[in-house]
Amino acid sequence: MRTGLTAKDFTSSQEIRWCPGCGDYAILKSVTKALADGGADPDNTVFVSGIGCAARFPYYVETYGFHTIHGRAPAVATGLKLANPDLAVWVVTGDGDGLSIGGNHLLHALRRNTDLKILLFNNEIYGLTKGQYSPTSRIGTTSPSSPAGSVDMPVSPGQFALGAGGRFFARAIDTDKRGMAETLEAAHAFEGASLVEILQNCIVYNQDVFAAVTDRATAAEHQLHLTHGEPMLFGKNRDQGIGFDPERFTLHIVDAQTSPDAILVHDETNLAVARMLVDLTIPMAFGVIYRQPARTYEDDFYAQHPTKMKRERSVADLIAGPSSWRVPKAG
Amino acid sequence: MIKTKDVESIVVRLAGDSGDGIQLMGSQFAVSTALSGADFATFPDYPAEIRAPAGTLFGVSAYQINLGGGPITTAGDSPDVLVAFNPAALRVSLPMLRQGALIVLNNDGFGKRSLVKAGYGTDPREDGTLDHFQVVAADIGRLNLEAVAEFGLSKSDGGRCKNFWALGVLLWMFGRDLAPIEAWIERRLADKPTLRDANLAALHAGHAYGETSELQAALPQVELREAEPEPGEYRSITGAEALALGIAAAGELAGRQVLFCSYPITPSSPLLHRLTRLWETGVGTFQAEDEIAAICAAIGASYGGMIGVTSSSGPGIALKTEAMGLAVSAELPLLIVDWQRGGPSTGLPTKTEQSDLYQAVYGRNGDTPMPVLAAASAGDCFDMAIEATRIAIRHMTPVILLADGYLSNAAEPWKLPDFDAIEPIAVPPVPAPSEDVSPQRQAFTRDPQTFGRAWITPGMRQLVHRIGGLEKDIDTGHISYDPDNHQRMTDLRQAKVDSVADFIPDQAVEIGPDRGELAVVGWGSTYGPIYQAARRTGASFVHLRHLSPLPGNLRELLSRFDKVLVPEMNNGQLCSLLRDRLCLETISYPKVSGQPFTIAELIERIESELEGGKLCARG
Repeated sequence: MRTGLTAKDFTSSQEIRWCPGCGDYAILKSVTKALADGGADPDNTVFVSGIGCAARFPYYVETYGFHTIHGRAPAVATGLKLANPDLAVWVVTGDGDGLSIGGNHLLHALRRNTDLKILLFNNEIYGLTKGQYSPTSRIGTTSPSSPAGSVDMPVSPGQFALGAGGRFFARAIDTDKRGMAETLEAAHAFEGASLVEILQNCIVYNQDVFAAVTDRATAAEHQLHLTHGEPMLFGKNRDQGIGFDPERFTLHIVDAQTSPDAILVHDETNLAVARMLVDLTIPMAFGVIYRQPARTYEDDFYAQHPTKMKRERSVADLIAGPSSWRVPKAG
Repeated sequence: MIKTKDVESIVVRLAGDSGDGIQLMGSQFAVSTALSGADFATFPDYPAEIRAPAGTLFGVSAYQINLGGGPITTAGDSPDVLVAFNPAALRVSLPMLRQGALIVLNNDGFGKRSLVKAGYGTDPREDGTLDHFQVVAADIGRLNLEAVAEFGLSKSDGGRCKNFWALGVLLWMFGRDLAPIEAWIERRLADKPTLRDANLAALHAGHAYGETSELQAALPQVELREAEPEPGEYRSITGAEALALGIAAAGELAGRQVLFCSYPITPSSPLLHRLTRLWETGVGTFQAEDEIAAICAAIGASYGGMIGVTSSSGPGIALKTEAMGLAVSAELPLLIVDWQRGGPSTGLPTKTEQSDLYQAVYGRNGDTPMPVLAAASAGDCFDMAIEATRIAIRHMTPVILLADGYLSNAAEPWKLPDFDAIEPIAVPPVPAPSEDVSPQRQAFTRDPQTFGRAWITPGMRQLVHRIGGLEKDIDTGHISYDPDNHQRMTDLRQAKVDSVADFIPDQAVEIGPDRGELAVVGWGSTYGPIYQAARRTGASFVHLRHLSPLPGNLRELLSRFDKVLVPEMNNGQLCSLLRDRLCLETISYPKVSGQPFTIAELIERIESELEGGKLCARG
């Protein structure tokens, strides 16, 4: 493994074509830094993407890269991973690419637990096609294709991932360097399908859609940063916490001063709590929400294959099939 | 109608309910035929429903086999022998039979309800319907149950042995050795001794019945000469088996592993099943979540350095279309197998057709040319899988190989190729890392003859580069929206596919003179019937395996004929392709009934063209 590489070594020479001020810039920085910090080997790392603003990502990272077609990156990445399981394969997708046109492939990549690091840039809008509402847009989102406001129920990336049987789900904010670093590091280290939802601000078509969560003034009251084994505390003075309401079978906010014992300790292997955490809105949960390793798809694929994909018999030995007969030369 | 019967061969048709085990019985009879040294061709014809309601006309499953002295290239036009398990099977098969054919009926299948289900108002055994045939009505159901009574099976389990009872009769009729079938039953049911013994007992009982009822005297009086094939080792093979072996062989010849990615669809699935049995040759199989994922995973595998292969049928190929464009743009090798079936939409899933030619040649967005090939017979699927993969790797391009539902299931004797004599598949060399040339440029440096680029795969040291579906600069490989560059890249993609013609053999005439009054041009699985029809009429037969690009000499060759007749199982697609590519007017002879051409109908059409003078070209 190469060492001593910096974020700069993972930055390609290509001119970046995202809008000035786009949240993608911050994500790119965090990813290249995570690659350097994680000791990634550029020759052995591949970024695969679909279509959309996020999908330009592979051009800007100095590793192998494949910019494929809309929604299909997880499928291409699955074939690549089966062909060469030693590669570190990252998939970059967006809310439209990953949850609308490519929802099926994301579902199956997650339930198979193929070792893919999947970054889902969620800006709740279609950017590259100029601003139509997306599958994560909130009800009432006005856009060129929904002038009276969208009426469809948005999909929750977290519920989707956990419902699909995903083994890793984390959430981060594009501009939160520390949070990004922690979740990317965890995703990088995870063996299996890891889905990281990154709240990404589209400054042109959906400016400030996450403002309530990300604004400095209100952030502390709106962000719950999770650490495995630590109590779920938030607020400016960490004076509020998340507890469990057994009557309504749901999470609720409790006062950390008066009811310290009622505050849940984050257990990232607890699927039932994870399902509730992904739906919290105030505060919204960040960090690794669920992590429960299991054997990967490619491990089982190779374990089951009698020759581990190696050629141990020639077709010449098999060509005659179960029964053959010989026609002798005449005379 | 041409009434001449091919006296060198005999056609046997087995028909019953889709739960009667007809396909199993037929394929075992084919194995026995192969081992007896006769030439043969088969046609399994079964319904789309897995277990269609018993006794219905649409639920009839049939297996037809033509056997005798060679060369036999079709499953035969008119059966000489019919084994019918119920009235529906009789009713569906009757119009095809030769006058005077031998019909073996299962009396126990002819109850009142079964007659009504088949639409018979009166019993065809008694009302004169079968007057022109020789009928042997046997209590197959009862005799079979008596034969297996000692094994204590339920009535339904015991009843399921009746296909082997009937097979026993057939084997006796043709004087066949029971041993290979016994061995097969023993192998197949090794872990179910009761069922094994019951099936063996049914087989023997049927055989004994033949002996006592003197069925052989009723056989059509034809001389069953032994085939006179070339010396060598032979086996019986279906197109799916041959294509699977061909794919594995291509991997071995290229020194690469193969990842076969597909989604189940009729009639493509047998290829997936066959390949799972070839894992030890360095083949992996991935059942994807859908057709699009299947081709995308295959593209990912090719990107990773394996030979990516995907397979489907018409509707699935349509779904894969966008991804084919990606493979063209990324210049990655890929094999796409299309087992054509009746369309449009879901169409006729289990019936055969050749109607995906337009889709294969023209069916993509943008100017996106791809080489297209077609296999002529079950055995030819082996050679064409290797040829298609060779083209894919030599030119770094996706390639479509057309087969069809008939080829997937039909069996024929196949002379085993000398594997060591097949030329290895050369893989484009990988450049060494360079200080002066960027890996991006190295990845898109192309061979001047084939336009194939270096197959650089992730994991290779210091060759990091990016590929994708956006237009790229012809030299540097970076994204480019430059207008002149797009023109040059479009020209390059066309030149790449055109260059395939420089590597394929000149088109030859299959049989008949290489100039004259009439050439019959075919492609795909119509090879068999056209070959026979041309042989008997003296017309010349030109069979195409390379459909895009066409062989370089084809226009010149066909111009030497006064007329060109193109029979095909679609509405005239090759006809338009020849007009498009060669500016050649031909006479279209389309057939879209879901059934292969019969030799007789082809002979009739050829003779009418030969009589009709020179001016009846297509309007």
